[in-house]
Amino acid sequence: MALELFLEGDPIADTKAPTDVPIGERWSERKFRGKLVNPANRRKMTIIIVGTGLAGGAAAATLAEAGYHVKSFWFQDSPRRAHSIAAQGGINAAKNYRNDGDSVHRLFYDTVKGGDFRSRENNVHRLAEVSTQIIDQCVAQGVPFAREYGGLLDNRSFGGAQVSRTFYARGQTGQQLLIGAYQAFERQVAAGTIETHSRTEMLDLVVVDGKARGIVVRDLVTGEVTTHVGDAVVLGTGGYSNVYYLSTNAKGSNTTAIWRAHKRGAYFANPCYTQIHPTCIPVSGDYQSKLTLMSESLRNDGRVWVPKERGDTRPPQDIPEDERDYYLERKYPAFGNLVPRDIASRQAKNVCDEGRGVGPGGLGVYLDFAEAIERLGRKTVEAKYGNLFDMYARITGEDPYSAPMRIYPAVHYTMGGLWVDYDLQSTIPGLFVIGEANFSDHGANRLGASALMQGLSDGYFVLPNTITDYLSAAPFEKVPADHPAILEAEAGVKAQVEKFLSINGTRTVASFHRELGRLVWDYCGMERTAEGLRKALDRIPELRKEFWTNVKVAGDAHTFNQNLEHAARVADFIELAELMCIDALAREESCGGHFRAESQTPEGEALRNDEEFAYVAAWGWTPEGEPPVLHKEELNYEYVHLAQRSYK
Amino acid sequence: MKLTLRVWRQPSPQVKGKMANYHLTDVSEDMSFLEMLDVLNEQLILDGEDPIAFDHDCREGICGSCGLMINGIAHGPEQTTTCQLHMRSFSDGDTIDIEPWRSGGFPVVKDLVVDRSAFDRIISAGGFISAPTGTAPDAHANPVPKVDADAAFDAATCIGCGACVAACPNGSAMLFTAAKVTHLGLLPQGQPERDSRVVKMVAQQDAEDFGGCTNIGECSAVCPKGISMETISRLNHDLLGALRANAVPTS
Amino acid sequence: MATVTTQQAGQSAGANPGPKRQPNTGRFGSSVFKKAVMAVTGIIFVLYLIAHMVGNLKAFAGAETFNSYSEFLRELGEPILPRLTVLTIIRIVLLVAVAAHIWAAFSLWKQAKRARPIAYQTKKRVQQSYASRTMRWGGVILILFIIWHILDLTLGAVNPAGRDSLPYGRLVEGFQNPVVTIWYAVALIALGMHIRHGVWSATQTLGHSNKRRERALNVFATAFAVVLIGGYLLIPFSVLFGIID
Repeated sequence: MALELFLEGDPIADTKAPTDVPIGERWSERKFRGKLVNPANRRKMTIIIVGTGLAGGAAAATLAEAGYHVKSFWFQDSPRRAHSIAAQGGINAAKNYRNDGDSVHRLFYDTVKGGDFRSRENNVHRLAEVSTQIIDQCVAQGVPFAREYGGLLDNRSFGGAQVSRTFYARGQTGQQLLIGAYQAFERQVAAGTIETHSRTEMLDLVVVDGKARGIVVRDLVTGEVTTHVGDAVVLGTGGYSNVYYLSTNAKGSNTTAIWRAHKRGAYFANPCYTQIHPTCIPVSGDYQSKLTLMSESLRNDGRVWVPKERGDTRPPQDIPEDERDYYLERKYPAFGNLVPRDIASRQAKNVCDEGRGVGPGGLGVYLDFAEAIERLGRKTVEAKYGNLFDMYARITGEDPYSAPMRIYPAVHYTMGGLWVDYDLQSTIPGLFVIGEANFSDHGANRLGASALMQGLSDGYFVLPNTITDYLSAAPFEKVPADHPAILEAEAGVKAQVEKFLSINGTRTVASFHRELGRLVWDYCGMERTAEGLRKALDRIPELRKEFWTNVKVAGDAHTFNQNLEHAARVADFIELAELMCIDALAREESCGGHFRAESQTPEGEALRNDEEFAYVAAWGWTPEGEPPVLHKEELNYEYVHLAQRSYK
Repeated sequence: MKLTLRVWRQPSPQVKGKMANYHLTDVSEDMSFLEMLDVLNEQLILDGEDPIAFDHDCREGICGSCGLMINGIAHGPEQTTTCQLHMRSFSDGDTIDIEPWRSGGFPVVKDLVVDRSAFDRIISAGGFISAPTGTAPDAHANPVPKVDADAAFDAATCIGCGACVAACPNGSAMLFTAAKVTHLGLLPQGQPERDSRVVKMVAQQDAEDFGGCTNIGECSAVCPKGISMETISRLNHDLLGALRANAVPTS
Repeated sequence: MATVTTQQAGQSAGANPGPKRQPNTGRFGSSVFKKAVMAVTGIIFVLYLIAHMVGNLKAFAGAETFNSYSEFLRELGEPILPRLTVLTIIRIVLLVAVAAHIWAAFSLWKQAKRARPIAYQTKKRVQQSYASRTMRWGGVILILFIIWHILDLTLGAVNPAGRDSLPYGRLVEGFQNPVVTIWYAVALIALGMHIRHGVWSATQTLGHSNKRRERALNVFATAFAVVLIGGYLLIPFSVLFGIID
């Protein structure tokens, strides 16, 4: 097939996980085999950490506590603003406090299966092992998890799990966990072990003698471009959902740090694995800037429907019962409205594509509580969902008690990211990638309450234990300020800034971003086809060309210039979008969040092809004009048996 | 609807700012306040003017980045964050004044953007529990009464947006400081550092060019998370207790 | 030119200049301590004001009772202590309290001014009471009033009855002038508002307020201020309208 779009290179493999011992012993064995760093030597070593979310913040605090000199960088005004803060649901841990049959092995099993058998067994098992320590750590820091009257921690079942293993702090678990990590971080700032750089964006990676040795950053307030050198570089910069323009991510979330590292040689794994959340508040107009997620729990009592007839513009109350199509209940009698995220999302798209969508632009389906209000009474519904109804009312101006809510799916997490080995080290020695920025633990689909677990696991417990093996050879030779690698990287960054300001075209950065988002959403969103992906792959290079010749960026390079920041991020999103489409085209199977219309069961469900596609697609960058190179990492399942998911 | 905006424009910290007028037509009432500013900025860019700088990120009311003084009220007429304010709260023909948070502790960076790093330094002064990674006992080792855990959570929902400072006639950050003192002071894990924490955090808030609290209550009335004045009472109680116990840190 | 920041520990960079002054963890530097000084001295004033108001009501019992009450205050503690001892102690306590109250107030005022170097173009009230907003200028008016009041009724220096008059005479002659009565009324209402916010604020400052008590405390503070000031206002208006003469 698409030979002209990419080349296939050598396979790649993780060599760090000790596969010669049983899976339950691999993590402790790895910690034992890895070399350590003498405490007296640690303060001579500098670790650069980009991002202050759950992964980056936790890693910075922990490595600083261990005695390393940490330099931390983030683009917001405070480390507490990282987008981890917006996670609502909870965090999983195999504590088995409920005595309901949970165990490390069950969490491991559920996560591998939930990832549709496209994640690494070793990494997932370690995640499940570490999960229990995370809860202990967070409680010790003062994270106010929900508790029962006896004073012990409360748990709930989340995302259809059969055990109650999710710890939560009302609907603000991400906020509370991040504040915990932030406080630990600030404690180290006070101790002088973390050097802080706020409103500073990483724009390039400095690679010297094959090792990641520093980053080029731009101070967003003064516009100054500088290079920071260290012994290792850690990226905890989150996911790239904003390639879709409209997503549930924060406006600032971007791919720039990992994309530029990719362009310096780090492989990018599984870029097409994106997760789409079914219950978001739909778009209300062209001005829409982001989408807001509402908890999935709404589907426990709400019924999803659209009119049977296309183009039916009557208000929902006027549509009689027999002219409504409760399509999830019709197609999935067993699970009904509670089918998994990917299925609920795709079905919503299908009915809208048929012209039966509701609300502005026909991009929405009803989520109706009339029946629940009748059955349970308004009081009960209010007690269960009051805060979500209020949020909906505030955003839409409609009263969800008297008319059905309108919902539509939105992108909210990206499972893909930079390829890392068991030590979380990328293909560039000395470059470590943690949290959503790497690809490692969720396979093709992430389960609810697993993102927080992975971010904190990487930051608090995994990276601080694995990075020592690399740093045992440090401190490395000093890199002089006039080293060619630094001069070249800085010059590149400055040239790009100047280029943006000099084009002075006729289209705004946002208009390019919106067009790109629409393109990726249409062709590399909930349902992908070879034909659509090819269309996108025809259009994206044109868009890139137009961007670089016709964009209009306001202001100058010496003061705070948000438009300039946005331009650099969109430039990278355009390049990433192309790789996403190539990856989606190359993966001629459906798995998790990646649904290829060509690969489905006769009932229209996702059909995996384990024979040919049980691999991680790790992409290598080539200079512009050259096709990217695919390196396959074969996935082996020793402990979990491959099976097809079914929710009929 | 049609609107007139009067917006504070200040190119950089060194330059004096002033209010500038903008006229907007075709504003939809379903727009959020920030989307309304996005639309204006798109227009300004195409007209070759400098767009209005304002902080924002998550746009779902939790990151605490956004914060504007809208018609003299922090975050505008609804008690929520600026990003969750929608244009249906305004009427056709309205004139809307938009200013940055004004405080000695929050110097203006540009236009409506201020530097809130003072808040980080207040946390850094003592707003934490010293629990290095790996040292924690089992999470169930210390049961916490539900009422305390819930009250701690209520205080911990502070998003650090700075509306309290902006609204306070004294420019005081006491509500912010008190929310953290209360959160950690209510939990058993927070007890060992309770005295020194409050002394250091209050000293830092005073050093950051924030005012003192005179119990006026504007802060709590505009707080998007509804942090209560009770937290300030708790802070006062803890601080006076620490002074009585002579817990003044030596270093 | 490349700029390399290397491996030196340090705080912050770029747009993060840090505070202009060092945090002062000492007792007297803390704004909360200053608030506590205001609260404690405020409580002393309130206790004094209650006693003062009750004493004033003796004016209704006639000149003789009123004048002998005034004399009693000077003889308080006799024969154990010399004449004027107790009164002098009370005066010293009040003076020290006034000095401390004013010191704390000005210190916090200065801090608040520094905290908002540039004023808002538009600023609206959301919750604050008129009383809370006028504490500072109200306080200035009060101190001027107290000075006047001492010169007037205690020393008689500015009283039409003159220095050598008796207290009751000063009272009656002074308040027969409507201008004086109105000036007292204005000042007393300012005092009432000062007390209204002060009572609530002191409870909060000393850490004895909470969410449940907040409403009740505010109602109590208002009721207390109304009763106290009502008691004070009775005298000048009674004189003005000839009930006391």
